Amino acid sequence: MYAQMVKSEATTDDPEKLAAFQARIDAGEKIEPKDWMPVGYRKTLIRQIGQHAHSEIVGQLPEGNWITRAPTLERKAILLAKVQDEAGHGLYLYCAAETLGVSRDELTEMLLDGRMKYSSIFNYPTLNWADMGAVGWLVDGAAILNQVPLQRTSFGPYSRAMIRVCKEESFHARQGFDAIRKMAEGTPAQKKMAQDAVNRLWFPALMMFGPSDADSVHSTQSMAWKIKMNTNDELRQKFVDQTVPQIEFLGLDLPDPGIKWNEERGSYDYSDPDWAEFFDVIKGNGPCNVDRLAARNKAWKDGQWVRDGLLAHARKKAARKVAAE
Amino acid sequence: MAAPLSKDEALVQFLLRMGDNTLILGHRVSEWCGHSPVLEEDIALANTALDLIGQTQMWLGLAADVQGEGKSADDLAFLRDVWEFRNLLLVEVPNEDFGRTLMRQFLFDAWHSIQLGHLMTSSDERIAAIAAKTSKEVAYHLERSADTVVGLGDGTPESHGFMQAALDYLWPYVGEMFVSDEIDAAMVEAGIAPDPASLRADYDTLVGRILADATLSIPESQFAHKGGRTGAMHTEHLGHLLTQMQWLQRAYPGASW
Repeated sequence: MYAQMVKSEATTDDPEKLAAFQARIDAGEKIEPKDWMPVGYRKTLIRQIGQHAHSEIVGQLPEGNWITRAPTLERKAILLAKVQDEAGHGLYLYCAAETLGVSRDELTEMLLDGRMKYSSIFNYPTLNWADMGAVGWLVDGAAILNQVPLQRTSFGPYSRAMIRVCKEESFHARQGFDAIRKMAEGTPAQKKMAQDAVNRLWFPALMMFGPSDADSVHSTQSMAWKIKMNTNDELRQKFVDQTVPQIEFLGLDLPDPGIKWNEERGSYDYSDPDWAEFFDVIKGNGPCNVDRLAARNKAWKDGQWVRDGLLAHARKKAARKVAAE
Repeated sequence: MAAPLSKDEALVQFLLRMGDNTLILGHRVSEWCGHSPVLEEDIALANTALDLIGQTQMWLGLAADVQGEGKSADDLAFLRDVWEFRNLLLVEVPNEDFGRTLMRQFLFDAWHSIQLGHLMTSSDERIAAIAAKTSKEVAYHLERSADTVVGLGDGTPESHGFMQAALDYLWPYVGEMFVSDEIDAAMVEAGIAPDPASLRADYDTLVGRILADATLSIPESQFAHKGGRTGAMHTEHLGHLLTQMQWLQRAYPGASW
């Protein structure tokens, strides 16, 4: 889940138009960019899609951290392909957001000055090679659980972007599992790396779904608009239920002593993440927040001359073409 | 004096020269991940690095086969030391800034595309097949790097300044591409690869045209740093690159990843 705690906007539009809009959504119709939509729907979507896009972009950094240290040519190629996909996801999502009347540059500025967020997960460090497996398997695995239902979201461009993204994400999750499996079945040192990665990333992965529904104030309106399709707790439980048997299959220790099969519920019980830590990360105090934003700001600032240069050249070229005609 | 190289030994050296170029340049380009000036460039740089690493698998895979010592492409990539690498010095110099990175890419792509064009008619079918496959990717690399060099050279005064500085820095590394030695002579004799010196005229025509469009001036000095493709003397930069690239394989020998 790459969008968390997205504040849903109250709406003050004409009640008749609102009712007709809600009826379209309830009938399963897709809302397209030129259709009438409530101000709050537009604003909420910009925030959510923008946050999702930013997560794809910032998400390149923890994986980029290991591209130059990938242990084989094949692993390096796979990781490059994956990170390239993520940049591509960012691109589709920014394009989807642009259909709502906000430019990619505006969204970028809001990321860089801290007005917009990205997923909390990318504020955690990647410390050993098994993290590349764990990020694909757990982090992309968690993202897929959120994104699969979003393929049915009410806003057409977002839904279509999600369909493309989901195809690639399932490859990411599979390669992640394959990478960590190789380590879990490898030498004692490799197994130790795999265990360390699972222990460190388990709770941050659970936090990706956002706070418990009881504490989530933004869900109701977004769910009515089909911008949000499931509650945070539903998705988190699904993630735990699918992942615990995988950890056991790998022969790794469970990262949480609170994980126990609950016969009555037909699901695993698990310990709550430390939500105080989550809110610290959201506020900017995660282990990597400052470094991640600094890296993005530096890339943007250092790249200014490149963007200016290419734009100036495109204008000269257009002017020369006009002059020649 | 060392004994003259056998035909297979010379072929291995030639294949290492091809594969080490793509390996080291692919590594350098991959260092950009997440840090480029604009999203489309992040995608293009990752794509270029990915192609180059894929090409490395083919070249070094064939080198390992010809060598016949039971090694893999990974063994050659991750377990050789600086003096055993055979890449051009050009591809190991640091990225510095986006301008230098794209200028280096262009200067390499121009040579690479001409070289692969000749290798497609190599007497060695394995080499001809790799060249046929990779030349398609490299044609795209060249189109993109040339367009970017022109766009930035003929952009703003600031971008022009970055690109001229990049060209001034990199030009002394160009000449090494065209210095022939006994390995090249053996390749020419066997009809496997062209004489490097014979590629210079086509290269100068291509590069001259693009750099003129980019409003950039080619430095007058034809001085050339050498020692990469023979392995006689790499830059100090290569050791640091290998330290990072080879770390896991070196720290955990024998592990499978």
